[in-house]
Amino acid sequence: MDKIPDNRAWWLVLPVFLLVAFSALIPLMTVVNYSVQDIFGPGQAYYVGAEWFKEVLADERLQDSLIRQFVFSGFVLLIQIPLGIGVALMMPKSGIKGSLCLILIAIPLLIPWNVVGTIWQIFARGDIGLFGWGINQLGIDYNYTGDTLDAWLTVLLMDVWHWTPLVALLCYSGLRAIPEAFYQAAEIDRASKWAVFRYIQLPRLKSVLIIAVLLRFMDSFMIYIEPFVLTGGGPGSSTTFLSQTLTTMAIGQFDLGRAAAFSLIYFLIVLLISWLFFTAITHADKEK
Amino acid sequence: MRQTRSKNVGITLFILLLLTPVYWLLNMSFKTNQEILGGLTLWPQTFTFDNYAVIFTDPSWYNGYLNSMLYVSINVVITLSVALPAAYAFSRYKFLGDKHLFFWLLSNRMAPPAVFLLPFFQLYSSIGLFDTHIAVALAHCLFNVPLAVWILEGFMKGVPREYDEMAYIDGYSFPRFFIKVFLPMIRSGIGVTAFFAFMFSWVELLLARTLTSVDAQPIGAIMTRTIGASGIDWGVLAAAGVLTIVPGLLVIWFVRNHVAKGFALGRV
Repeated sequence: MDKIPDNRAWWLVLPVFLLVAFSALIPLMTVVNYSVQDIFGPGQAYYVGAEWFKEVLADERLQDSLIRQFVFSGFVLLIQIPLGIGVALMMPKSGIKGSLCLILIAIPLLIPWNVVGTIWQIFARGDIGLFGWGINQLGIDYNYTGDTLDAWLTVLLMDVWHWTPLVALLCYSGLRAIPEAFYQAAEIDRASKWAVFRYIQLPRLKSVLIIAVLLRFMDSFMIYIEPFVLTGGGPGSSTTFLSQTLTTMAIGQFDLGRAAAFSLIYFLIVLLISWLFFTAITHADKEK
Repeated sequence: MRQTRSKNVGITLFILLLLTPVYWLLNMSFKTNQEILGGLTLWPQTFTFDNYAVIFTDPSWYNGYLNSMLYVSINVVITLSVALPAAYAFSRYKFLGDKHLFFWLLSNRMAPPAVFLLPFFQLYSSIGLFDTHIAVALAHCLFNVPLAVWILEGFMKGVPREYDEMAYIDGYSFPRFFIKVFLPMIRSGIGVTAFFAFMFSWVELLLARTLTSVDAQPIGAIMTRTIGASGIDWGVLAAAGVLTIVPGLLVIWFVRNHVAKGFALGRV
């Protein structure tokens, strides 16, 4: 649809602009302000330029949690996207069974994030949790509070449990929008199941999949509450992701300058990667 | 036929696995602490409602739920009322800086809440809104408004502009057209947007916890109290957790007929 050029449309956007400016721009300016100053107390601030940024970029603790974060987000996407597509393909197409599946699958999405952490904290315990107990019964030594690998796998499993439903539901709604005639044509051509998936379903899923990848990347990159409740970032700092490192720095140690510089770098990374995805989305929209 | 059956088995298995952790929480909420710590039981041997009774009789517990529901509702109302006109503008008009504005809005959905923790605390303290529901509702607008604009814009693009033009020819003013004609046409989009706004505000804790202390404290923050001197009160913790799932279930039940379309954010 062609859009009409009309600058008066700004009046309609103004409320959103003011609201978001209030709740994003002012705080962001505060962060920028902190990031270039060394603050000793009220009225005692010194301009230090890019000093904090240099220090943060050289900080090993931060580099470690950045690497950890990328590995985590990578695994999240690698597991959740294919699994989500698979689940969506299996869901009943319509009727009461379809609605029921939809609601049941959506349940993990509706649970507050700290409760997600609590659920897994209980569920994965060796003594009172079904999962931890079951694994131990199989003769595998499993303890997510003591062993680094176990902690990682538990956090990853928790995230897969928590967010695969979102990918599945996105793909499901994409699949529902494919006209029945496409499938009939495929049947006449005696297309194999794989061909149907590869040449009919997957191309039609493209735009939803970009949304899914974008949302999953952003949210997994900001993960905080769930691992914090589950493992507290441990053992050691093996499951301490970026947000937790930042929160500890800002609130725990009250290290304002460094935390602010870190915030900006963090934000820029998310922004940069998301911008690439966003360009891909608008590109896909145009093609249609 | 065999294909459908294997699909059914697969999906049933997935849902069962998905619900097991939730069942475990539910199971635990009906047990006494002695039974929880005494050993593994697949269902409550001594069935008890005591854990729920603790929550429903203690104001400092149930107020947490009321606080959460209040700021979530305020957030949904604010989000929808500002996002609807903006989404209309984005879907219908080309104006100065529209693309940049749109990306800037979306970029706020990408901002890690941890980045805004401290500035938010200072901002809302300095204007005297600290520990109020409105502060949390406004803070959650940071990620809900951009998402709402994005979803609604997708739905509005699906309505041909001929409707707008017809309404003007018939003598409708813009507000009257917008409320009487346009909004009813995208009601499933509005329902889905409300659902997403509810969901993301309800599940968020980091900002909600930082901006409140007593009067507007969300249930998530209150749940940490179950860790007392005598260890964790597992039963009450489980019961509190189960109760946080209920509002979400109610909301998704109301929009169940629209979610299939809505989950694609109006983009298929």
